[in-house]
Amino acid sequence: MTDRVQALRDLIAAPTTPWESTGAVLREVCHATTQALSAFGAGISVLTDDGTRGVYAATDPDSERLEELQFVLGEGPCIDAFAARRPVLIADLEDGAVARWPGYATALLADGMRAVFAFPLQIGAARVGVMDVFRERAGPLTGHELPLALSFADVAVEALLNRHRDAGALDGSATEIIRTPALFQAQGMVMVQLGVSLGEAFARLRAYAFAHDRRLDDVARDIIERRLRLDRDLS
Amino acid sequence: MTTLSAERLAAIFVEVADTLVDDFDLMEFLHMLADRATDLVGAAAAGLLMADAHGRLEYMAGSNETVKLVELFQLQNQEGPCLEAFATGAPVINVDLGQAGARWPRFAPRATAVGFLSVHAFPLRLRQQVIGAMNVFGDRRGGDFTGADVPIMQALTDVAAIGLLQERAVRHGEILTEQLQGALNSRIVIEQAKGAVAQAAGVSVDEAFRTIRAYARRHNRRLTDVAHDVVAAPDAVARFLGR
Repeated sequence: MTDRVQALRDLIAAPTTPWESTGAVLREVCHATTQALSAFGAGISVLTDDGTRGVYAATDPDSERLEELQFVLGEGPCIDAFAARRPVLIADLEDGAVARWPGYATALLADGMRAVFAFPLQIGAARVGVMDVFRERAGPLTGHELPLALSFADVAVEALLNRHRDAGALDGSATEIIRTPALFQAQGMVMVQLGVSLGEAFARLRAYAFAHDRRLDDVARDIIERRLRLDRDLS
Repeated sequence: MTTLSAERLAAIFVEVADTLVDDFDLMEFLHMLADRATDLVGAAAAGLLMADAHGRLEYMAGSNETVKLVELFQLQNQEGPCLEAFATGAPVINVDLGQAGARWPRFAPRATAVGFLSVHAFPLRLRQQVIGAMNVFGDRRGGDFTGADVPIMQALTDVAAIGLLQERAVRHGEILTEQLQGALNSRIVIEQAKGAVAQAAGVSVDEAFRTIRAYARRHNRRLTDVAHDVVAAPDAVARFLGR
């Protein structure tokens, strides 16, 4: 499992990855997740706090249509997962889902879907979108499938955040970002220092660490200890 | 060590059992649990770790910033009382940190360096299922658990575990997973908000947390919601500090 997640990370980090290929990487994430979860298909949508809504990638045209339908109807697990900032896991669409999303659940059932799992793509308050997984049989995700889905969602977050980086800020690091409290605190501090969003603050932290060939958590620690200010010391 | 009245003790247990409410907030609940556990035995601090979807323990809540750093150190080095209690499902009681160098060569010196003298750990468990563990630290000599302390503390963590697992039983299997994932993300939001307030107010992250928490209590709002407000936009923290 880890191999597949790592292979995707490598793909994102490859210096040759052109900007336009974020969609291709996210399609890869959709395929990998679908396979790992024995699902019918998956879709990734971009949702932001300023109201942007749209499908970014999907495994196939059917999944893309199911993903898109949530925005047409204005209801669905993707929209709820984004609003609640946590996964929405519907193991059996015949158990109460129609009352929750009258139009959307009915449409899913009519298409032969029996379960849907939505994972918010976020780092704390920085939200970039949602990944939906559609399955034709009812039943919860197993203890093996859930961590896989969450890992793939993390890869999608990194891909979407990388999308905003400057071409020169490619950091080439294929390893998982180590998510420590210090990193998140530094993210909040940089947001205030630079007057930017949390997502942008995260990108700036990564860019600084890369430009100075330093570990991200060391940079975070310096910011918290006030040895470094990105507004003053930014290269 | 237990010095509380029976009335207070009863009130704490009712509070910890009260999970089946519509606006249940796991982070708020875990912070409350850490605080009550600390009060209950007159401890210096308490910290809570819970297993994530990968079965890895994650730091969830602590009664102060010092205990948080010690808990994170424990996780980073993969040694310490919470990990033992989680792995075995049995409590770890009255360990003198000054004498625990052989048992935990990295953890014990780190904990004593911040003033903790003793440590205890209780699994959050229901029968065979262990979902996390709670550490309780003492900073006074002769502050060992005696008499009813151990059964009371284990009962407190058992009730908390039952409360959390009840969510799962009553509202199907997915709810606890959704809540736990939401809580893990909320924890990140709280860290981001601490950083924002620390930067904008020119205070330590510890002080920033107290400011956010005091505000939430004063306005009877959830910690998570206040933290979200603080980092909703680059200028939100200025508005937060202004009011």
